[in-house]
Amino acid sequence: MRRFLRPGHDPVRERLKRDLFQFNKTVEHGFPHQPSALGYSPFLRLMAIGTRSGAIKLYGAPGVEFMGLHEENNTVMQIHFIPDQCQLVTLLDDNSLHLWSLKQHSGASELREEHRFTLKGPPGSPPSATQITAVLPHSSREVLYLGTESGNIFVVELPSFRVLEDRTITSEAVLQRVPEAHCNRRSCELVEALREHPKNPDHILIGYSRGLIVLWDLQNNKVTHHFLGSQQLENLYWQRDGSKFISCHYDGSHTQWPVSSDNRQPEPLETLVPYGPFPCKAISKIYWQTTKNGLPYIIFQGGMPRASYGDRHSISVVRGSQQTAFDFTSRVIDFFIIFSSEPTAEFDDPSAMVVLAEEELVVIDLKTAGWPAVHPPYLASLHCSAITCSHHVSNIPLKLWERIISAGSKQNIHYSNMPWPIDGGTNIAPDPPQRDLLLTGHEDGTVRFWDASGVCLHLLYKLSTVRVFLTDGDPNDNMNALGEDEWPPLRKVGTFDPYSDDPRLGIQKIYLCKYSGYLTVAGTAGQVLVMELNDEDAEHVVDYAEADLLQDQEGYRWKGHEKLKTRDGPVRFEAGFQPFVLVQCQPPAVVTSLALHSEWKLVAFGTSHGFGLFDHQQKRLVFVKCTLHPSDQLALEGPLSRVKSLKKSLRQSFRRIRRSRVSSRKRRGGSGNASEVQEANAKFDQDALQEMELAPVQRKIEARSAEDSFTGFVRTLYFADTFLRDSSRHCPSLWAGTNGGTVYTFCLRVPPAERRMDEPVRAEQAKEIQLMHRAPVVGILVLDGRGIPLPEPLEVAHDLSKSPDMQGSHQLLVVSEEQFKVFTLPKVSSKLKLKLTALEGCRVRKVTVANFGSCKTDDYSENDLAVLTNLGDIQIISLPFLKLQIRYPCIRKEDVSGIASCVFTKYGQGFYLISPSEFERFSLSTKWLVEPRCVVDMPEVTSNNHVHKSGMENAARKSRSLGDYGEDERKSGRLMEHALLNDEKVLKEIQSTLEGGR
Amino acid sequence: MNRPHRGAAGSRGLGTMEVKSKFGAEFRRFSLERSKPGKFEEFYGLLQHVHKIPNVDVLVGYTDIHGDLLPINNDDNYHKAVSTANPLLRIFIQRKEDADYSAFGTDTMTRKKNVLSNVLRPDNHKKKPHIVISMPQDFRPVSSIIDVDILPETHRRVRLYKYGTDKPLGFYIRDGSSVRVTPHGLEKVPGIFISRLVPGGLAQSTGLLAVNDEVLEVNGIEVSGKSLDQVTDMMIANSRNLIITVRPANQRNNVVRNSRTSGSSSQSTESSLPSSTPNILANFLQGEEESDEEDIIIEDSGEPQQIPKAAPTSESLESLTQIELLHESTQNGFLPSSEMNLDHSAGSISMEYEEQDPDHKSLEEDGTIITL
Repeated sequence: MRRFLRPGHDPVRERLKRDLFQFNKTVEHGFPHQPSALGYSPFLRLMAIGTRSGAIKLYGAPGVEFMGLHEENNTVMQIHFIPDQCQLVTLLDDNSLHLWSLKQHSGASELREEHRFTLKGPPGSPPSATQITAVLPHSSREVLYLGTESGNIFVVELPSFRVLEDRTITSEAVLQRVPEAHCNRRSCELVEALREHPKNPDHILIGYSRGLIVLWDLQNNKVTHHFLGSQQLENLYWQRDGSKFISCHYDGSHTQWPVSSDNRQPEPLETLVPYGPFPCKAISKIYWQTTKNGLPYIIFQGGMPRASYGDRHSISVVRGSQQTAFDFTSRVIDFFIIFSSEPTAEFDDPSAMVVLAEEELVVIDLKTAGWPAVHPPYLASLHCSAITCSHHVSNIPLKLWERIISAGSKQNIHYSNMPWPIDGGTNIAPDPPQRDLLLTGHEDGTVRFWDASGVCLHLLYKLSTVRVFLTDGDPNDNMNALGEDEWPPLRKVGTFDPYSDDPRLGIQKIYLCKYSGYLTVAGTAGQVLVMELNDEDAEHVVDYAEADLLQDQEGYRWKGHEKLKTRDGPVRFEAGFQPFVLVQCQPPAVVTSLALHSEWKLVAFGTSHGFGLFDHQQKRLVFVKCTLHPSDQLALEGPLSRVKSLKKSLRQSFRRIRRSRVSSRKRRGGSGNASEVQEANAKFDQDALQEMELAPVQRKIEARSAEDSFTGFVRTLYFADTFLRDSSRHCPSLWAGTNGGTVYTFCLRVPPAERRMDEPVRAEQAKEIQLMHRAPVVGILVLDGRGIPLPEPLEVAHDLSKSPDMQGSHQLLVVSEEQFKVFTLPKVSSKLKLKLTALEGCRVRKVTVANFGSCKTDDYSENDLAVLTNLGDIQIISLPFLKLQIRYPCIRKEDVSGIASCVFTKYGQGFYLISPSEFERFSLSTKWLVEPRCVVDMPEVTSNNHVHKSGMENAARKSRSLGDYGEDERKSGRLMEHALLNDEKVLKEIQSTLEGGR
Repeated sequence: MNRPHRGAAGSRGLGTMEVKSKFGAEFRRFSLERSKPGKFEEFYGLLQHVHKIPNVDVLVGYTDIHGDLLPINNDDNYHKAVSTANPLLRIFIQRKEDADYSAFGTDTMTRKKNVLSNVLRPDNHKKKPHIVISMPQDFRPVSSIIDVDILPETHRRVRLYKYGTDKPLGFYIRDGSSVRVTPHGLEKVPGIFISRLVPGGLAQSTGLLAVNDEVLEVNGIEVSGKSLDQVTDMMIANSRNLIITVRPANQRNNVVRNSRTSGSSSQSTESSLPSSTPNILANFLQGEEESDEEDIIIEDSGEPQQIPKAAPTSESLESLTQIELLHESTQNGFLPSSEMNLDHSAGSISMEYEEQDPDHKSLEEDGTIITL
């Protein structure tokens, strides 16, 4: 029973483990899934985005990020920053208000929820009485005005959320002086908008949904002006000097109103339906921005002609005769304008428009002619086409990095040069330790290169493989180019485009050699492209080779998709990675594994039928090997037959249900009247339902056999220079592992460099290993004489790795989904194993060698295996002794796509998709940790009260700094901070009682 | 055996033992070093030599102290024969072609010597027809109940030997809930249950597992807290040597456990079995430990066109051996594998393996004993 023995606890090793491993989810990259609200603080220059899952994220200058999560996980409906404060209020769809604040703690700011509050009406009142529709944080920073569905406006004190009942603005009070014609209860239903007067904080503008707008005097509690709109109101906006305001309406019109002391009930100055005369959609939000040189900007969302453009998600910017309707790729959630927030400035002078659409963030430069878009440094839409695979390359050499950036900058010329306008906060995180690239393959045949070094995942360069192929979508490229006098003047903005022309273009595997700049990508229709980085545009013919993986297997028919058609003749490629060879697998099944050896100039690829080796120097296919099991029909026929069998099984199960129903009716058939039959039927249906519910989920227990489907599916390919025949001579080799637990080894003969073009590369099969447990082989690795994984190709040549030990005997590590096994080489015999599945019931999904450095000493580091299991756990397993070091729960086991998307880095970090558009970044290492660390400075204080308060906070900060953050800063910090929060509450209580007594 | 024999006096020391070998009508006598009997193959060669039948395939048998004719066909039963021979080792040799397998077994020498055993087991004589015992190499255990002495009586630990048989394991598991006694009273807790047995499958044919049995452990790992999928994966990962601990739904068939000593004494009545079997069993246990490591490795001799189905070279012994041949090759290597017929009739197995093994600290029993 030795297998059940657990290794004893070695205290030295345990201590070392603490210095090496630590699990943290550090930052979320990409665009928040299902955003639902947007807020902006001109004072802090921070933007806040709320989501339907209750998350709230703050963004400022690149690297300045905060995240909070409402406990309730309810949709965030509105976000309002408190003027001149590090605080914001969120409204959720359960009608609760939450006060968040940014507090400094051990040198960095943190976002924390301070209070929550739900407005309660008098007993017996309907819920709509307190359903909040509009929120106005008053510039005094002391109160919040809450407009409700009932038309009443409640006033709550900040930050205590105490309702000031005597200051409630009831609809009755508002109606007192409204003319008879408009004077009914209904005209005051639902507060649509609340706007504070820009010059006089005692006046607020109240807009009701029926069209009535009043200017309310807070000091005297009375209406000063009435504005009788006839159209259903959507929103309001003041002109900067407070002499006019603009309202927008449900019918697609906007109206300007004058505010003067002589007319208490003014008529509108101007009413406009910008996209009339035919019925238009509502304008839901409007901005009026003045400029120094006269012409104001009118910016509004919606208002498109209902019949012909009602489906567009547009925001129109109008300035004199200039007018553009920005046409977004997805629904507009909200938008704001960045303008001069100096209170003394005479004009708004807007600089940028920030639009949060459902799938991406778009920023328009309003200062530059033509209103170009600004390239956002964060919140990238990872899913602009669905991500199909990802590949991470650590520690990119500077030269390659610069060449990729330069290739990318040529693609970005249509973007504005404006510096990023949302620049609040200061990033105090140390510079990223190295340059890392994350490559994502997409469904539309593109590969995106992301700078994954730091907190901001930033797009460097986009590579498209589409040009190599002939696709149907090509001729219509110019469809969106509109004529000059087109009306409405729509302009498409944004990059989100989830519709792929041809699913066969999808990228499945990527391999980049960071030393040579060779890149190979492989796709859904069996295409393998080998590319080289070229700094100039070029036009050349892409060489074509076909690899028949079925070889002499006769009588099989591929029922899957056809291969992609290629373009004849030379193709023009822009600067960047340019393909020079296309290897087409036959049958054109999806490429399931890929490996590139840039030193030997070889590329290996595998599908569900077999694998092949291609010499990209001589552009010659070296060999192919069919891995199919003769009985594996499914793999042979392609994906379509599977669909058919599913259909068939569905049909059968329906038939079974029907048959059983019929037979049971027959049984009951004797009894007479209809109602009885009906009853019986009803009862039967119920029984059947119950039976279905009771029918347990069953799992068949059966040993895997050679006949299982897709055993030939090639899961992993690996190049190694090692000992295959005897322990005196090593040679290049190619290793392939299949779904059926087979490992094939080929001995390669690569001619020396000077005869590389003259002599062919030769390969001969050296070994074949069949794992008896037949689980899919997901990783193959050769360890050198010191038990260290062999270096990557060219790593030694670039002096970045010690040359491997070729004296001692090498070992082979085969990782299947169920076991880790070490074999000796060249004679293959089993040496060590770890039976993961037998022990824990989990299976290996992803495995990588990662280097872990100690956080205590610089000179210690070790290689371990980082493993992600199908349960979403991450385990670290030591090399070469295969001892489980540590285990962390990381991904929910139900999150299959998250687990499938996980990619590890070489230094113990990783990424996985938490939504189609977001990568969660995690770290297993104590040494390599990329997480946001930033400071947002406290606003300058004006009133006495605030001085007092901030003084207290300073005191708190001081006491905090007394704390000892030496050893474990993170943990003790969190504890300390909790204690202080309690202290602060106590302090506030004392303060409020003192104030009350006064 | 009670015959005085001259060899004892004339022996060159205490360590030698006389062997009397009979082939057809001919007898040969020779002696062996008792402490160094050598390997069975050498002994076999020696027999062929002394009888001058170098190219004849033969079966070798001997009579044990009870007078039963038992086979010698591997190192283990050869050593057993040598060590128990007192003082003479009687060997009977038959031509393989006309071998009478039924000659082996209990009371085959028809000597009413062991009266005690006949008294204890009177039914043995009433059995008509006489139980036919095949050669041990013809058997492979398919299942066993193990660890009876350390488990609560309500539990049953079943080992299913999947290797070497084409029968599917043949069962399904499901989620369910079971009632546990806890310090807070009875509590309903989730559990894993056997939901279905496939007719003709290994699980059903053993009779040791039944629908609604609760699965408690898989190869020594508790399943509580694990999901159905996890348990499925664990079972499949262990499918070549699956040990399931269950709480049978039907608790009436439990093994009523006596003390260990009484257990072994009751077993000793069955010691008319070939005494070589415990060793075989032990080998199976060892072999099983290794068996799931036996990945097949095919090394190519280096011809580029050679189809990688070549017979494994004999150099790397363990790893090159195909699993199906493992036991034959190590235990009765001289038997061509074509002669194997895998007979899994439960009755004969129970005869073969109902044996308390003193070397193993566990009681090995077969399920058929305890069925009603």
